[in-house]
Amino acid sequence: MQLKRKDILGLQDMTAEEIGLILDTAESYKEILSRPVKKVPILRGKSICTLFYENSTRTRCSFELAAKIMSADTTSVSVSGSSIQKGESFKDTLLTLEAMGMDLFVIRHSASGAPHFAARVVKSGVVNAGDGMHEHPTQGLLDMLTIRENKGRIEGLKVLIVGDIMHSRVARSNLWGLSKMGAEVRICGPATLLPVGVDKLPVKTYTDLDEAIDGVDVVNVLRIQLERMDRGFFPSIREYSKFYGVSKTRLKRAKPDVLVMHPGPMNRGIEITPEVADGEFAVITDQVTNGVAVRMALLYLLLGGGGSVVSA
Amino acid sequence: MLLVLRGGRVIDPSRGVDEVTDVIIRNGHIQYIGPFSPPTNGSSLLVNRGQKEVPNSFPSQETTNIKFYDCAGLVITPGFIDMHVHLREPGFEHKETIATGTEAAAAGGFTTIVATPNTKPAVDNRAVVEYVLERGRAALVNVLTTGAATKCNEGAEMAEIGDMVEAGAVAISDDAFPLQSADLMRRVMEYAKMFNIPVLAHCEDKSMTRDAVMNEGVTCTVLGLRPWPRQAEEIMIWRNILLADLTGCALHVQHVTTAGGVEAIKWAKSRGIRVTCETCPQYFSLTDDALTSFDTNAKCNPPLRTQADVDAIKAGLADGTIDVIATDHAPHAREDKEVEMQEAAFGMVGLETALSLVITNLVKSGVLSIGEAIEKMTAAPARVLGLSSGALIEGGSADITVIDPEANVTIRSSEFKSLGRNTPFEGFELAGRVVATIVAGEVVSGELRCGELMMEKK
Repeated sequence: MQLKRKDILGLQDMTAEEIGLILDTAESYKEILSRPVKKVPILRGKSICTLFYENSTRTRCSFELAAKIMSADTTSVSVSGSSIQKGESFKDTLLTLEAMGMDLFVIRHSASGAPHFAARVVKSGVVNAGDGMHEHPTQGLLDMLTIRENKGRIEGLKVLIVGDIMHSRVARSNLWGLSKMGAEVRICGPATLLPVGVDKLPVKTYTDLDEAIDGVDVVNVLRIQLERMDRGFFPSIREYSKFYGVSKTRLKRAKPDVLVMHPGPMNRGIEITPEVADGEFAVITDQVTNGVAVRMALLYLLLGGGGSVVSA
Repeated sequence: MLLVLRGGRVIDPSRGVDEVTDVIIRNGHIQYIGPFSPPTNGSSLLVNRGQKEVPNSFPSQETTNIKFYDCAGLVITPGFIDMHVHLREPGFEHKETIATGTEAAAAGGFTTIVATPNTKPAVDNRAVVEYVLERGRAALVNVLTTGAATKCNEGAEMAEIGDMVEAGAVAISDDAFPLQSADLMRRVMEYAKMFNIPVLAHCEDKSMTRDAVMNEGVTCTVLGLRPWPRQAEEIMIWRNILLADLTGCALHVQHVTTAGGVEAIKWAKSRGIRVTCETCPQYFSLTDDALTSFDTNAKCNPPLRTQADVDAIKAGLADGTIDVIATDHAPHAREDKEVEMQEAAFGMVGLETALSLVITNLVKSGVLSIGEAIEKMTAAPARVLGLSSGALIEGGSADITVIDPEANVTIRSSEFKSLGRNTPFEGFELAGRVVATIVAGEVVSGELRCGELMMEKK
């Protein structure tokens, strides 16, 4: 089975069946990562371009590694700052790279909607590796895979996302994906970081973390972006940490077998205490491993169909 | 040369006229509005005023030189006035020029347009006012201009308002560069009032719209675009109303988009404060859902709002709170729009889609009668700006628009006269078409059917 789409732009417009297919495929591919020789010829001859207009360590490495394990050829383009500042427009960059024969673009961009724009410009496929404050679908998928792996299911679970909801593409992808898969999604953060209208989405909204965390199966802790401090969303890091930091004490209100997740990079001691980050409930490194598996699955489902069928 | 528009439904809201009759144009002026009777004896031309036939003043030799236009089934109105047009010249001629902008205006039925002062250099002194007016004289339609409130639109020092008014500026405006200082706005209003011109205000508290892209709300939250709260607009509308009350200056609020903005203006009017306002077709035709596909052509300032706002704008048009329909025609080059959403320029072209949107979304849907709709595009802007146009007056300049409200049109930006193709209405199927635009007796756009000469030739 293949995905009947050219692009993966977000989880909002994906069905539960599509998400299920990606997670199932990822689960079966994960085994490859533990082999002594981590290489399969599934995407031999395919060219994948990672085009990153924003800094990234884990997402970029994860995509490139996934592509390489699948034997695709990868080209990586980094642009510091926006395309406009560089002089060449985003559109021209895309057309140039496509003319070189790229089969798939993996795009990270600070502007929400940039991958959607790209998907209209190029005939090749586009995978959104995070666009502005909009979506980060592969993060959402790897978070769901991690939850499913540890809990055996997603349906019926209570998942709390805590932190800077407003600026978070991770929160948005998670809330769409998790709600489609039947979880109860809670979001919590200071009122200044909860976007207007979020209560109209399939979530329960909280500003009090102690109340929000009560009885949840999963806590997904978002990174506080220190560079946003100048906009005055909260008075100080100290106060943020006091009210919204996930600590061992707070975690006691959650289910006894709660999972703690974080999309990284972490600010230890701010949104999460080191004891929790390194503690028994944390599955933060599992998330990273699952990220590679999810991206392998996606690349296969988008590119693997075209006649070159090789078993994994 | 005599031009006769025959048998159209003549609607002139300024005088409450709505009847099927003829319009006779001579030497660029409206000679007479009423049934036209061709001479039967071949010697003198008679026109029929009511029951009694009166000889008119046409010399008999003119009887051989009459052009009839068959307007049966069409509506004849005063030429439309658009008091909010970005002509982009001088400075941004790759987006639009006075020549192309006025061609677009003519195609859209506008016989008079008022240019915004956010050019480069800005229209902030007599020389630039004169430049725009001079270029406008060679254009297809009448071009008027506003002057900038402050030098270089910097919001710091007041521009030479008096000198600009003497040179012909019809209003002062802070369009695109909203004055953030209440104190400066107060001075501008006090000063402008001396010259008996209105201040056209772009209402936006910029401290609330930093990097903002679209209306704050659920759609914006889902798309992860920077939010533009309605309060950024409403706070400034309220502030400017209070300053109009303080100074007694005529305030005209540009492009009202929110329910709260309509409420504020309604309150001000009920208190007798000198305030008028406009909205634009996009604000009663679209909601912020138009950005769901990340279509940069739907990005405008102020942003598209919600259905509740669209409903309130329509109600405000219907109850008279909103005086004027203007377009905020904002042409941009392709490269300004074919970029990431947050980088894309604000604005959409509007001159060539306005009438169809008004007919479809206001008249056909029963919000306004056709007469009320035309009033907001003719007499109302004339009243706000103190212009003598916007009416069909015997002896007045023959600035006339002929429309077919029943025609179906499909919006195709490739057919626009404007250099800007940035419309969110591409492919829309609408009702209402501009058949012809007549400026000073000349058909400057469109085509009319030539009627038969129902008279004997000498």
